[in-house]
This record gives sequence, structure tokens and C-alpha cells, in this order.
Amino acid sequence: MEVLTAISKVGIYVIFGVTLLGAMMAVTLRNIFHAALSLALTLIGVAAVFFVLRAEFLGAVQILLYVGGIMILVIFTVMLTTRIGDRTIPTSNHQQWPVLIGALLLLLYFVRMIGKTPWPIKSELAVVSAVQIGKSLVSTFIFPFELTAVILVAILIGTVILAKSDEGEEKS
Amino acid sequence: MIPLHHILFFSSTLFCIGLFGALSRRHVVGILISVEIMLNAANVNLVAFSRWTGLIPVNAQVFAIFIITLAAAAAAVALAIVLTIYRNRKTIYTNEIDLLKW
Repeated sequence: MEVLTAISKVGIYVIFGVTLLGAMMAVTLRNIFHAALSLALTLIGVAAVFFVLRAEFLGAVQILLYVGGIMILVIFTVMLTTRIGDRTIPTSNHQQWPVLIGALLLLLYFVRMIGKTPWPIKSELAVVSAVQIGKSLVSTFIFPFELTAVILVAILIGTVILAKSDEGEEKS
Repeated sequence: MIPLHHILFFSSTLFCIGLFGALSRRHVVGILISVEIMLNAANVNLVAFSRWTGLIPVNAQVFAIFIITLAAAAAAVALAIVLTIYRNRKTIYTNEIDLLKW
């Protein structure tokens, strides 16, 4: 039993490492298609973190929506547009090093502030079930919920109109 | 269970990686990928706070669901715009899309 506890303690750090590695690959790889695949690794890692934090419903939503939906969109767009094989095009603009220094400074600031802040940690950790989330969505958050539905319809129509090709219109 | 600090360190590192990508990538889809990473870091933070410090833990997870939904919607619109730009200008590199620059 103690071996299992130790493994589960190390496991979350392994998940953290894999996720951060995937994120680094997603922002630095030259080939944008490989970067999209690394993004999938990152998203699955974040879903695993959700499962470890006992947010099972969010983890399932993450896998369904991000890994299933957004990844397919990104990969389709990459395949439809980029000159993937072209090695001569630089993938980053000229501000790479200043941005890297700025991001590291911001990270340093975050780490210091996280260490300094006295977090009001509860004695027992909360577990949220999908039933609670559903009830909250249709009672407390009913207005944002309906607003999201309107936004989704608007975005559905807008995306179809944007991505529709003009040639098809002329033929019909 | 691991302490709250470690998850916050993880999510801030993830956020800074995404920030670096969003500001240094030249490719529009690459920028979009970085923005998705940043949104995921925010979601990890929400879930962690809902578990450790939240007065009403369910609220944070509902917020995370809204973020995921709107991120998916924004990604769909952004990728449609990328397709349209590519069809009109034959490029998706941000320094070559200079229609509105003087």
C-alpha cells in the first residue's frame, strides 16, 4: 500500500513534466504540424491533471472538446494552408529573445508571489460531482448558460459564412 | 495529496510558456496554439482553487466549463479567418499580412 502511495505521489509530477515538455515543444518546434501534435499531448496532460484533482467531469469535457474538437480543427487548418515541408521559412519573429527574458521574469514574479501569499487552505479538500455542476448551471448560472447558447449559434453561422468559398456561390 | 503551491507553479509555468509562444511565433496557427495553452493554464488554476480554497467549490468548475466552451468557439472563428486569409493572400505568416499597415 505504501508503494502505491509513493507511486501516486511521483505520478502527478511525471504528468506535470510531460505536460510542460509538450507545451515547450508546441511553442518551439519548427514544423507547425508537429507543434499541433505536441499541443494534443499538452491537452491530454492537463486532462490527466484534472482527473488527479478529482474533477472528472471537466477532464472528460477537456478530452471531448479540446482533444476531439479543437485538435481536429487545428490539424485540418494546418494541412489546408501551410507549406509544411518548407525549411527556409523562420518560424519565429525577431523579438524571440526579449520575449523569452520577459516571460522568465514574469514566471519568477509568479513564483515569488505564490510563495509569499498565505492561501486560505481548507481542512478538507472539496470534491465536486457532475450532478452539482449540472444543477449549478441551470440555477445560479442560468443567464450565462443561455448567453453561451446564443454566442454558440452566432459563431456557428459566422464560421460557416467566413469559411465558405466564393466559387460555390457563383455556380449555383 | 500534493500541496497547492506545486499546482500553482505548474500552471504559471504553463502560462508563461504559452505567453512566450504567443508573442514569438510567426505562424497564425502557432499563435492560436499558444493561446490555447494559456487558457488551459487558467483552467488548471480554477480547478486547483476550487479544490483547496473555494467557498463554493462548484462555481470554479462551472467557470472552467464556460472557458472551455468559449475557447472552442473562438478557435473555430479564428481558424475560419485563417482559411479566408490564406485563400485571399496565399500566406498565413503574420508579417506578410500587412493590409492594415502603413
